[in-house]
Amino acid sequence: MLQLEPRPQPSPLWRWGSPVLALALTVLLGIALFVALGKDPLRGLQMFFWEPVKSGYAFGELMVKATPLLLIALGLAVCFRANVWNIGAEGQFVIGAVCAGGVALLAGPGTGPWIVLPVLLAGVLGGMLWAGITALLRDRFHANEILVSLMLVYVAIQLLSFLVHGPWKDPGGYNFPQTRTFDAVTQVPRLLPGSRMNIGLLLALLGAGVLWVFLFRLRAGFALQVGGLAPAAARYAGFSSRKALWLALLISGGTAGLAGALEVAGPIGQLTPYVPAGYGFAAIIVAFVGRLHPLGMVLSAILMSMFYIGGELAQSRLGLPKSVTGVFQGLLLFTLLVCDTLVNYRLRWRSR
Amino acid sequence: MSAPAVNDIPRLELSGITKSYPGVVANQDVSLLVHPGQIHALLGENGAGKSTLMKIVYGAVKPDAGEIRYNGEPVRIRNPQQARALGISMVFQHFSLFDSLTVAENVWIGLDRSLSLADVTRRIREKAGEYGLDIDPERPVHTLGVGEMQRVEIIRALLGEPQLLILDEPTSVLTPQAVEKLFEVLRRLAARGCSILYISHKLHEIRTLCTACTVLRAGRVSGVCDPRQESNASLSRLMIGAEPPTLQRQAPHTGAAQLEVRALSLPRLDPFGTDLDDITLQVRAGEIVGIAGVSGNGQRELLYALSGEDRRAPPGSIRVASQEAAALDPIGRRALGLHFVPEERLGRGAVPSLDLAHNLLLTRGEAVGRMGWIRSRLLAAQAGAIVARLQVKSAGVQAAARSLSGGNLQKFIVGREIDAAPRLLIVAQPTWGVDVGAAAQIHAELLALRDAGCALLVVSEELEELFALCDRLHVMARGRLSPSLPMSEATTERIGAWMSGLWHTEVQQHLHDLETAHAAA
Repeated sequence: MLQLEPRPQPSPLWRWGSPVLALALTVLLGIALFVALGKDPLRGLQMFFWEPVKSGYAFGELMVKATPLLLIALGLAVCFRANVWNIGAEGQFVIGAVCAGGVALLAGPGTGPWIVLPVLLAGVLGGMLWAGITALLRDRFHANEILVSLMLVYVAIQLLSFLVHGPWKDPGGYNFPQTRTFDAVTQVPRLLPGSRMNIGLLLALLGAGVLWVFLFRLRAGFALQVGGLAPAAARYAGFSSRKALWLALLISGGTAGLAGALEVAGPIGQLTPYVPAGYGFAAIIVAFVGRLHPLGMVLSAILMSMFYIGGELAQSRLGLPKSVTGVFQGLLLFTLLVCDTLVNYRLRWRSR
Repeated sequence: MSAPAVNDIPRLELSGITKSYPGVVANQDVSLLVHPGQIHALLGENGAGKSTLMKIVYGAVKPDAGEIRYNGEPVRIRNPQQARALGISMVFQHFSLFDSLTVAENVWIGLDRSLSLADVTRRIREKAGEYGLDIDPERPVHTLGVGEMQRVEIIRALLGEPQLLILDEPTSVLTPQAVEKLFEVLRRLAARGCSILYISHKLHEIRTLCTACTVLRAGRVSGVCDPRQESNASLSRLMIGAEPPTLQRQAPHTGAAQLEVRALSLPRLDPFGTDLDDITLQVRAGEIVGIAGVSGNGQRELLYALSGEDRRAPPGSIRVASQEAAALDPIGRRALGLHFVPEERLGRGAVPSLDLAHNLLLTRGEAVGRMGWIRSRLLAAQAGAIVARLQVKSAGVQAAARSLSGGNLQKFIVGREIDAAPRLLIVAQPTWGVDVGAAAQIHAELLALRDAGCALLVVSEELEELFALCDRLHVMARGRLSPSLPMSEATTERIGAWMSGLWHTEVQQHLHDLETAHAAA
């Protein structure tokens, strides 16, 4: 009989081995899925794991999608480590995009390239404001932050929808629900010619470094995590739980808002109802697959980005429904949760 | 009551019981022989394997090897239901009672459905009368004190007409008087042929109550004896392999008051907590003041208010080092020199998943530089010094707090606070669940700190510990604090009476005596 036996200490090997095993299982299940759908599994896997990295352009696209995922996940990692369950990064992303879009719409022919800074700043502040509502309701009225942040996603999407259908609708846009295309000057500077990669990627990587320092080298980051690991110990030490709540939500709101600003002032270039692409939710998976660790999340953000691109390719080239992306994301999270059992338990064969 | 078994057939016979968990052997080749009507002590330190052995007998844990014979028959006890069917009952250290239900309802839900509540109530009254257990079956459990709750658990066990009753550290929640009452009940039960397995690490109790004793050390039987023929020292040798070290104390040199609590009253935060009622207390530099009492009488709430974790104390009610402190958070109070060792080690005094070095950061800031930068090397060195000073057994300062045994973690936490050179140290249950050697070391450290001029407040349930450490003693009962009693006037009987809140009559009498003395003079 196969038995689970608790380990005396969590295994450091399996802490990092579990995501790798989860990925392997996801691939195996993916192969089974392709076979069941009558598709060539090798070609299916090629869509997900080879096509996105085979050329400089493809790699650039991979990074374009990985950037918002990583930025949002970095902020979420702060929240989750502090035991603050912000599920509404998608809403903070949307409000960041809306605020950044609002500033970008102010740009005219005479505006200089300095406008990019206020655009991004507006995004950060917008995201912080939206997350701040959750913090306020939690702090003042003990409202559950999971529900509040999640509900605010839908409010944010409705707000965006109202703006693009109403006051901000492009007069020359054939009545499509979208704003006019932002002035070229508001475009976030690109990194390389011929690729859509922009400085957002650098900001995200810088953010990963800053997060590492904050979590592992600064007392403020330590205090925040103690609040998540052992609330009574935080209280005993005198670390304020209110401060932790506000700090965590404002940081994650800010990064999600920044991601939103980079999206609309970068690859999208205008506000449309399709701004909310699910990055805010996918980033939750990125954060956990990356073990809430900055380096881990860099890798998992790239992996999730592969799933996005692979899903699109599988749709166009293999005729699979686009929801295959979601299936892969779900499979990865599911297998990860299963494999995580091995961190605290080991398998043993037992007679009897 | 079943007919008493023929005397030469043992009620319970364990032989060669072995049980190992990953990383530890809890029981190795343990044998145990309990006769009908015998009160048999199972003595051992925390972690010696007593609880595992009892869980094996009660069917909650399966042994890896060994044989159990019950009334002469080999048995395999698969689960607690089967154990109860055999006539084995167990009273656990932690009660499993529903607060909102009455005593009778609590007993009823554990029995089979064929009985009506009225039947159960009647049977509780009968049993209570039979054994002199004072309990009203119709009272809701939340109105009961801990001693009464334990009586409910015992009655529940007795209704199963047990032939073997297992009690796990039953006196840890009782006042000395309540302990005496419990012992009478147990003796009466034994006289009717019921065998009792009594788990404890309190030597004097075992010597008064038990007629046989099996001693466990590190999972093995280290001795079988008649405790009535033994001394504390000889039992202690069997239990820990050495005699308990004696403490050296000197006369106190007291200085200025470091902690002054004035008329502090606080309503409870938690519905099952205790309201603090007019607490007045003073601790001076160079003395150890103890607070005795059964836990759950407001000690927890008082400690929260003193440490700054609960900041509702009215202005002027708490002064630390002659400074107003009622509004300060724990960080502010530490700045005044107040350090605190809480009762819960894992989760409050230390973060279980963090290593020892980082656990230092909870209360110590020496390794934190400008902008809050943590200097890891300095931190590790600081933690290493504490580990070395108190001989904390761990896999190094990188070991997670939860990987340490309770005693070693407590040594580390006490060391962390002592090393801060506090002016005022408050310690809750300094040696609760700590083995004898570590306890002696902690006691010696606390005394050395007092001699160095620190003010100490020690809250403990163990009277022996308070007697060994303190210069003065208060007793806490139902959220109130007794006047202070110098050690020379403190006796177990007197403190025991005060634990039930009975100091007022005594104090009144004393004031009256003073007045008449004055009038006469």
